Amino acid sequence: MDAIFIQILNGLDKGGAYALIALGLTLVFGTLGVVNFAHGALFMLGAFCAVTTQKLLTISKHVQDTSITFFDAYKDQPYLEIWWGDFGRTIIDWSVPLSILLTIPAMLLIGLSMERGLIRHFYKRSHAEQILMTFGLAIVLQEIIRSIFGANPIPTPAPDIIAGSAPIGALFGLDEALVYPWWRLIYLLFSIITVSGVFAFLQLTTFGMVVRAGMHDRETVGLLGINVERRFTVVFGLAAVVTGLAGAMYAPILSPDYHMGMDFLVLSFIVVVVGGMGSLRGAVAAGFLLGLLQSFASMNEVKTIIPGIDQIIIYLVAVVIILVRPRGLMGRKGVMED
Amino acid sequence: MSKTLLRNDWVVMALFTAAVLSMPLWLAPIGAGYPDLLQKFAIFGLFAIGYNILFGLTGYLSFGHAVFLGVGSYTAVWSFKLLTMNVLPAVLFSVLMGGLFAVIIGYLSLRRSGIYFSILTLAFAQMSYNMAYSVLTPITNGETGLQLAKSDPRVIDALFIEAGEGLPSTDLFGMQMSGYPGFYFCAVLLIIGFFISLRIFRSPFGLKLLAIKSNQTRMLYTGFNTRPYLLTAFVISGMYAGLAGALMAVTDPLAGAERMQWTASGEVVLMTILGGVGTLIGPLLGVGVIKYFENIFSALNVDTLHQIFSFLPDWLENVVVWISSHFVGEGWHLTLGLLFMVIVIFLPGGLMEGFQRIGSALRNLFKRSEAVAAQPSEKE
Repeated sequence: MDAIFIQILNGLDKGGAYALIALGLTLVFGTLGVVNFAHGALFMLGAFCAVTTQKLLTISKHVQDTSITFFDAYKDQPYLEIWWGDFGRTIIDWSVPLSILLTIPAMLLIGLSMERGLIRHFYKRSHAEQILMTFGLAIVLQEIIRSIFGANPIPTPAPDIIAGSAPIGALFGLDEALVYPWWRLIYLLFSIITVSGVFAFLQLTTFGMVVRAGMHDRETVGLLGINVERRFTVVFGLAAVVTGLAGAMYAPILSPDYHMGMDFLVLSFIVVVVGGMGSLRGAVAAGFLLGLLQSFASMNEVKTIIPGIDQIIIYLVAVVIILVRPRGLMGRKGVMED
Repeated sequence: MSKTLLRNDWVVMALFTAAVLSMPLWLAPIGAGYPDLLQKFAIFGLFAIGYNILFGLTGYLSFGHAVFLGVGSYTAVWSFKLLTMNVLPAVLFSVLMGGLFAVIIGYLSLRRSGIYFSILTLAFAQMSYNMAYSVLTPITNGETGLQLAKSDPRVIDALFIEAGEGLPSTDLFGMQMSGYPGFYFCAVLLIIGFFISLRIFRSPFGLKLLAIKSNQTRMLYTGFNTRPYLLTAFVISGMYAGLAGALMAVTDPLAGAERMQWTASGEVVLMTILGGVGTLIGPLLGVGVIKYFENIFSALNVDTLHQIFSFLPDWLENVVVWISSHFVGEGWHLTLGLLFMVIVIFLPGGLMEGFQRIGSALRNLFKRSEAVAAQPSEKE
């Protein structure tokens, strides 16, 4: 029972990440009709926004270490600590949550310039050419990051106060020994909030209404005298922000390195395809579904029956879905059905 | 005159054979005339030629071809371990295994087209990669990779020769497959592979594949079942990849799962596109350019850059070196990515299209100057 409870949490947590990444990808496909192979790179850039924030906050001065008296020792002390003492230390400790403040404008800028500069010229070209161009872009972005930050993963810890595990066993009246990392719980909460935020934006605002209409029938919306293209540029920026946030908040879970984007790219496409290309609800549902499936497949009981199933389950699901129901779980009829 | 001559396949083959076999000679002046690199040219050349038969002719963009390469490598190493160090059985089995995997993956993936096909091949690639790393460790030796060992049975070799000291090396009836003999073995296979691809391009089968690329719906409406043709093309290109994988194991007998990762498939996509997809010689050109410059660029570092730019004034030299140092050595992939993007955006036909454009521009220039030269005489 406890094991199952933990697996459900694990699954929801993974699913939250999958849903967030896939949401941006499917948003771009649904509106712009562009297959974006650079999407994983956006996730990676988001994670490196967290790294950048951490590096910026810990810009240090070379000072003498006064705690060591019997020889001259030097240490790097962050300026924030010098100026504000304990408060500065707290700020540095909270660098990952604070990085959201940097991630949003940075990713918005990156997204907008990507759409304006490159993606825009590929609307009319074939999907294969879009894939190739964005694949090249992904390589370029990841190599730029490597030349700046190096090839090794950079640990970006969560704040100390929530670095440990939450005693969820005690909270829910289950076994006392049941614990779960705080940060993963926060990530789950964060992903639910962000997903609801995006949906609220699309459902409740006029802008969102136009975008939804544009997803449905782009030509008609254009004929009504609305500049769809401009809105879609903003949508691309929004997708970049959502993906970047997903990456920034993921940094404490997985230390960012330059090629993490390529791994998540395949994953996000799998999620989008299972949910249905261009379907927002589908992407979210498929994200959580695949997350749950994967965490249950990695239980030892399951693994003894079918060895290795945890490694391939989501790909297997994707293959079956594409072959049996190409429009995905919640895709619209007639969209991408061949 | 030269055009009609080039239409003759035998002339093309003779030229190609001469060019490939004399590669150690004419590549030596630009610093590429050593066996390691030449072997790479031939191996990746085969891989790209095979990939081009699928992507170039049918337009199906696969991101899973590295699987067949990996399978080929594993099969070859197992053949070295179990049967004999002779390379012929290894190559044969690898091609067959590559083909077998291509039949399975192709049969399923080709039920969909366009982006779904790409994602299906992507999913299969990731599945194979993950399995090779985890469950299939008894076969693939997981992270360490499959290697030869002293204790391997080598059933056939044990019958004929006594095991010597140390690890045996791959051979072709006693000829060691390292250095130049290894290159010539790969080169002969490359020539055969190129010949087969040439015949496919010029055959009715190739034309049918091209027709599928240009308009599959119309083909279907004329009552033409396209799937068997697509599957055949897929399997052929899978066999090429298996062969390339086998040759990798021949020149260096080990196999690892990272050869199967989807980014490795991405590399062959880069090569094919860069050279010119759908042309006969383009993919080889792409392989040559990428592998050659990879070799050159990776070897450069800040010190060598300082030497190269030493003719500049000091401050300028530092700036130029600082900028260019990001694009060489470790940063070579950045250069490659940028180059690839430029090609995709401005020259979708790759380097071959570039050459054609330059060629026709020159021809126009000549024609115009001829016309200009001809005009006054008319007036007189």
